[in-house]
Amino acid sequence: MTTKRSAAGLAGLARSAPWLFSFVGALVIFAVTLAANNWSGAGQIITAALSFGAFYAIVGIGQMFVITTGPGNIDLSVPATIALAGAIAMTTMGGSDAMILPGLAAAIAAGFLIGSFNYLLIWLLRIPPIIATLSSSFIVQSLAIVYGRGLRIAPPPFLAEIATGRVLGVPILAIVTILLAVVMAVVLHRSVYGRSVTAIGQNINAADLAGVRVGTMRFATYALSACFAAFCGVMLAAFSGGASLNMGEEYLLASIAVVVIGGTSVAGGFSNVSGIWGAALFLYLLITMLNTLGVGAGLRQIFTGVIIVAVITLAGGRKKGRG
Amino acid sequence: MSPSASSDRPIVELNDVAKSFGAVKALDGVDFSVRPGECVGVVGHNGAGKSTLMQVLAGTLAHDRGEVRLNGDVVAASDHSVARAHDAGIRCVFQELSLCPNLTVAENTRLRHGSIRGFGWRRQAARLIATKLDEIFPDHGISAGAVVGDLSIGRRQMVEIAANFSATESEPRLVILDEPTSSLDQQVASQLLAYVKRFVEAGGSVILISHILGDIFGTCDRIAVMRDGLIVEERPADKFDRHSLVASMGHVTDEDTPAPQSQASESQRRGEPIVSARPPRQTDDQRLELHPGEIVGLAGLAGHGQTALLRLIHNAARHRSRYASVNGKIAFVAGDRQADGIFPLWTIGQNVTVRSLSALSRLGLLEKGREREMEDRWRETLKIRTPDMGDNILTLSGGNQQKALFARALASDAEIIAMDDPMRGVDVGTKREVYERIRQEAENGRAFLWYTTEFDELVNCNHVYVFRNGLIAADIERDQLSEQKVLHASFEGEAA
Repeated sequence: MTTKRSAAGLAGLARSAPWLFSFVGALVIFAVTLAANNWSGAGQIITAALSFGAFYAIVGIGQMFVITTGPGNIDLSVPATIALAGAIAMTTMGGSDAMILPGLAAAIAAGFLIGSFNYLLIWLLRIPPIIATLSSSFIVQSLAIVYGRGLRIAPPPFLAEIATGRVLGVPILAIVTILLAVVMAVVLHRSVYGRSVTAIGQNINAADLAGVRVGTMRFATYALSACFAAFCGVMLAAFSGGASLNMGEEYLLASIAVVVIGGTSVAGGFSNVSGIWGAALFLYLLITMLNTLGVGAGLRQIFTGVIIVAVITLAGGRKKGRG
Repeated sequence: MSPSASSDRPIVELNDVAKSFGAVKALDGVDFSVRPGECVGVVGHNGAGKSTLMQVLAGTLAHDRGEVRLNGDVVAASDHSVARAHDAGIRCVFQELSLCPNLTVAENTRLRHGSIRGFGWRRQAARLIATKLDEIFPDHGISAGAVVGDLSIGRRQMVEIAANFSATESEPRLVILDEPTSSLDQQVASQLLAYVKRFVEAGGSVILISHILGDIFGTCDRIAVMRDGLIVEERPADKFDRHSLVASMGHVTDEDTPAPQSQASESQRRGEPIVSARPPRQTDDQRLELHPGEIVGLAGLAGHGQTALLRLIHNAARHRSRYASVNGKIAFVAGDRQADGIFPLWTIGQNVTVRSLSALSRLGLLEKGREREMEDRWRETLKIRTPDMGDNILTLSGGNQQKALFARALASDAEIIAMDDPMRGVDVGTKREVYERIRQEAENGRAFLWYTTEFDELVNCNHVYVFRNGLIAADIERDQLSEQKVLHASFEGEAA
């Protein structure tokens, strides 16, 4: 394979600082939006971006670990998990502050069960993850419909405050999610689990022979992703004043988009957490910008799709050393 | 094949060619040429630059400096490509096999030969490859319709070789064989070398890279010795002898040193074995046993169930198995580096420490300092040739990658090390270092399971099991080991 000199600089940057592109992109779009807005309302836009970006980031982090475990690994049950977990949490809490922790625990436990079920299908029946998580998502979504039909329970006031409140103008949820991202970055880069997941993503066979507990690690990864989706479902219900069955819809595409735009390799084995935040801001700001410019919903979707393809193309040319 | 005998112009000619990978100078000004009708041997230690030189010849790498001439025409570095080299008749069989495992033998052949097209291309390709396989390896037993991934590594190598020697529109004029015999058993290897001689007599040219000096002496007209990115000696083959050739490679070695007597004697073979296993299809009560401090060899022809049993034992250390009981931790040294060993996105250091992650961590978090310390210690111990263990693993030459895989296993807490023919394509000097290391480790109580296709390596073992058709066919003790015995057990019942 011949090395193309021209692309080498960009590719080198993509390797050493893969998260950079998403932040640069977010900044550019932010600037365009501001310009279209006659340079006003910057504070508002940033606050909104942090609030909405936090939800993208939460599901994105879970999805990132799944994608890291290698080609073919993906969790399509995110939206259904969000819907079911949100409904379970709101019912358990029943609007009472005292029940916040039990409700959160119940929702996360539901997420854990969904993730376990996903991996059970993948491992026991040897179904490709894309099919396994898609079919389990139908089951989960049906459960959510049965369980949550006509459900309209307001979130406990304290939880709603966390989801919508601000400290010094910064959304509390964003602070929580940034802390979460820091913790998960440490997990990815410094923990035995993170190292194992990146090993599996590069060469599952070699990982097994190198003593990595492949089955356990993959199980943990699918469970983790579903738990993050469940947490997102709880916060989303708290944020929007109650759970609704379709509130997870947009998070399927978004969870994958923020991972890819954030510089994680779709081929597995090479990931980063900070890029997810950059991509989450980017994605929200992109929607804001298109709104500001008066672009319709359909065109927005097309733009998002095109951008994901463009990012994969730009970041996809992974260079190798000598053969 | 009828090259014009009148033109004695070199097929390929290199003048002062250099190539660097980062700080590593793989080639440092090489002059080299090959004329029609000669077989040139290239020898040297790992990292001497042989593979890089061949990649420049084959057009897969562009040179940084110097001049490359194909059939007399200067080719600029930017113009040099596989297609260009291919047009000049250069074919290359690399150490890392380049067949698509999901396609059949015939389909892979089609990929090499663009002129096969139209209806019935599968049949044409099948005929082409089958004819060549018959010509080089009579009784090869490979079906053109077989999926490559299902073939043993030896047979894949045979397909690769035959595909490169077959001619369609453009004929092969210079075929580069990089360690072609290392994954072939001896009978097939000698068929190949005999074919190479016929090919050269008919006017073709071959570059043969091999660590088996007998192959080089028996086949080549001229030998080039590489060391540190340079050709340090180049003479007709009959002007070298075994000793002078090894000497010019730079390692002071004595080929005739008798195999060192191992400390562990049979009398130690008492008490509970830490590994006891039998192949699933074994019908008699023959078992493989391994005791602490022992080196046990798995011999036989390539691909006769040795690797399968090693993997079975490796898995049995974690999950129950009907066929094996393992009382200890086990580490695996891969022979097929790309498929079973290397993590290509990681640094050399990460590739070494991956087997020891839990030992290097506290509360699930890795301790950077201790990881770094392990990396540097094993770079020193096994003399891994790199300026920085933080460089990507693929910056290393094949032999040094293999050292990193050894370091991974030896640095771990495993009491048992399973080795899957790990010395394929590794030079004599490195081999000796590693043998010495294995003996030391065995004296300290570690146990080794060693699958090898080279008889010379079996003399390091206390006990040898010979495999045939997936079964243990013979169980030979150290003091009764002879090449005759191993061969006899490998072939018995099959030869007419």
